[in-house]
Amino acid sequence: MAALPAAPKPQLVKGAPLVAKAEVRDLDFYYGDFRALNGINMTVHERRATALIGPSGCGKSTFLRCFNRMHDLYPGNRYDGEITLHPDNTDLLSRSVDPIEVRMRIGMVFQKPNPFPKSIFENVAYGLRVRGESSRRRIEEKVEEALTNAALLDEVKDRLHEPAYNLSGGQQQRLCIARALATDPELLLFDEPTSALDPIATASIEELIHDLKERVTILIVTHNMQQAARVSDFTAYMYLGELIEFGVTDELFIKPKMKQTEDYITGRFG
Amino acid sequence: MSLTRQIQRRKRYETLFALLGLVALMIGVLTFVALFVDMAVKGLGRLDWDFFTSFPSRRAGQAGILSAWVGSTLVMVTTAFFAVPLGVAAGVYLEEYARKNWVTDLIEINITNLAGVPSIVYGLLALGLFVYQFGFGQSILSAGLTLALLILPVVIVATREAIRAIPQVIREGSYALGATRWQTVRYHILPYSSAGILTGVIIGMARAIGETAPIITIGALTFIAFLPPAPVQAEPPFLSFEWLLSPFTVMPIQMFNWTSRPEAAFQANAAAAGFVLVMMTLLMNGFAIWLRYRLRRNLNW
Amino acid sequence: MPLPLKHDRLAARRARRLREGAIEAVLFAAALVSVFTTVGIVYILVKESVVFFQHVPVTRFLTDTQWTPLFDDAHFGIRVLLSGTLTSSAVALAIAIPLGTIVAIYLSEFAPFKLREIAKPFLELLGGVPTIVYGYFALLFVTPLLQHLYPDLPGFNLLSAGIVMGIMIIPYVASISEDAMRAVPMSLREASYAMGATRLQTALRVVFPAAFSGVAAAYILGISRAVGETMILAVAAGMQPNLTFNPLEPAATITAYIVQVALGDLPHGSVGYQTIFAAGLSLLLITLVFNIAGHVLRKRFRESY
Repeated sequence: MAALPAAPKPQLVKGAPLVAKAEVRDLDFYYGDFRALNGINMTVHERRATALIGPSGCGKSTFLRCFNRMHDLYPGNRYDGEITLHPDNTDLLSRSVDPIEVRMRIGMVFQKPNPFPKSIFENVAYGLRVRGESSRRRIEEKVEEALTNAALLDEVKDRLHEPAYNLSGGQQQRLCIARALATDPELLLFDEPTSALDPIATASIEELIHDLKERVTILIVTHNMQQAARVSDFTAYMYLGELIEFGVTDELFIKPKMKQTEDYITGRFG
Repeated sequence: MSLTRQIQRRKRYETLFALLGLVALMIGVLTFVALFVDMAVKGLGRLDWDFFTSFPSRRAGQAGILSAWVGSTLVMVTTAFFAVPLGVAAGVYLEEYARKNWVTDLIEINITNLAGVPSIVYGLLALGLFVYQFGFGQSILSAGLTLALLILPVVIVATREAIRAIPQVIREGSYALGATRWQTVRYHILPYSSAGILTGVIIGMARAIGETAPIITIGALTFIAFLPPAPVQAEPPFLSFEWLLSPFTVMPIQMFNWTSRPEAAFQANAAAAGFVLVMMTLLMNGFAIWLRYRLRRNLNW
Repeated sequence: MPLPLKHDRLAARRARRLREGAIEAVLFAAALVSVFTTVGIVYILVKESVVFFQHVPVTRFLTDTQWTPLFDDAHFGIRVLLSGTLTSSAVALAIAIPLGTIVAIYLSEFAPFKLREIAKPFLELLGGVPTIVYGYFALLFVTPLLQHLYPDLPGFNLLSAGIVMGIMIIPYVASISEDAMRAVPMSLREASYAMGATRLQTALRVVFPAAFSGVAAAYILGISRAVGETMILAVAAGMQPNLTFNPLEPAATITAYIVQVALGDLPHGSVGYQTIFAAGLSLLLITLVFNIAGHVLRKRFRESY
């Protein structure tokens, strides 16, 4: 049974007033006959970072991938319910909405860095080219901007046309973030972005997310609770496909409302 | 919204490409169908008992493929006799025994290279080496050896892949009980990989049956009106190997001979022979593909 | 049960070691056969060619524009045969490479699972048809068909042979290219789709370039196959040496020439006998160059995913 999200008290969240970017209503998801997500209701607030935490297999990645219709790539999957994207009130899950259109508005960074076997420049420019952008000048501007926002430009500015595979793991992940940023996404999804990286690279990515969230709405899945506490404004705790509790990060970690949440956070199971 | 129109335009390209892909596939299908139907139409009429039991003749109506299919069979037996043990042994060595050194590299480079050598070069090798230098003459033995060398890479690769599919834990289980390497190979590796090896052997043999160029180069005659001496005789010793050194012909050469004659009647013979040949290779390859499919489904380690 | 006596165990160990060693030696010898085959090929081709080149200087071999080795006024210009090989191969590859690539991309990225399961074995069967049958098809089906469109087309011509050769090579190119493309990890495709790319864009901009080393290897294999093909050309292109690059004419390739000589009488040691080895050596060198190029390409562009 899902807990209805309590309206967070405004004074506990710093920054601009809260605006809903995406609203999830009664979301079910089926892998074939198996119901992986059950009755999820949640609000993703604009220009904030929302973390999804929970033990392995609780459905957090499955939930994340609903936002950009990644499940459409594989046969046998079914969505039930709505995810409404604001300000235009588009239901992302509706059959009449083209998944490609959804993916042009929502970006994703994956668990294992997956740059294309192309140059650093071409990796970041890919999203622009796919949208038909042909002006060389505009592409160069956007690439530079994206690399700056991903805190990578200084390290690569004199080897932009070298293969992306020459970069270290942490750099590759920042490249993937730059690649996603280059097309000005409205919502940026992170699927356990640092679980394949060493602690130093992890720290730099977390710092980056912390800076980015003032400009881009962020939804991040992590199995590292400390990371959620460090990086996010809101946290959702999921278990076995259900949303157990959703609230302001500081509140949820200090004084969770549900016992299940408390058990997970205090490490009674994991 | 121009975004939607953009996406629609790209979707149109996608449908066009999918169509293009299907058309390209259809070209292959159509060719095969045309080939098959053409030979069936022109040749099926000639396919009767007499066709299979007569020797070739100057008179098209009386010509048959007796010497050709007997020759093919004997050559295939010889080829298999050499190719299977050599190929499997080489594959086993490379997967279970070979260490990573330059000798192994050399062998592997050679195998890859030989797979890309044109079949007629094998014919030249056979002509110079087997026919003249070793003195085997223009015989079934030379042909069998040549084709064995030709399909050796196929058998070796199939053996290696079949062996590689066996999980390491099986080997470890055998060694842990104190078995030697050969015992592990003999009692575990070979039995479990036999189906995969068989698939490769069948594919190799299907290839060998259809090979013409190397056999012509050795000097198989195109007009043979006799059979090689029978391998089994009534008097002791009951087994004879005279047939190995006998002149011979094979199915593809017979077809080649008839195709080169302009008379329509001979072309009907060529079509009939071709039909038989295609049926044989289709059945063999089809069987191998089916075997491989069954194998993949039943393998649960 | 008590352990056997020490000297029994030592004897058993020695016997076991000997047996294992002998077996390994036998298997090693079998593996060495491939090396001996290569050595044998090189040895026999070079041995006979050396004798040949004592009669005919290499420069004349490479530059003469006539190939009439069995005439009294013999000419030995390999160019003539090379032109046949090149022209027919060019026609074949003009068909096999585009169509093979399209089929590969289609099967790898677009086709539904069931279609791929049928198409792949079918392509294998197509590639398993004996080349003599393809030769028959080219001479007695394709040429008459083309003659409907172009009545002046001679009965023997390089075009029919090239077309059929091309269709025969499509399965090789398609199969290896498709394997290379399927080996590209799904994570790269997901990254592309996540950016809003369509299936075609992903296939052409991400998957195909990522699989390029495998695809290039497929092309090289196709070229090798075309250059080395014998029977289709021997049957459908005629065996008359003809220095031409026009596919509408008959011509002999290096391979068809060897067949032609082999069909006649081959007095061992005659110049005629040696020409086929010289021709064979040229053929081997050409295919060797392509095989090495393929190997080098594969190593250079080996993507580590």
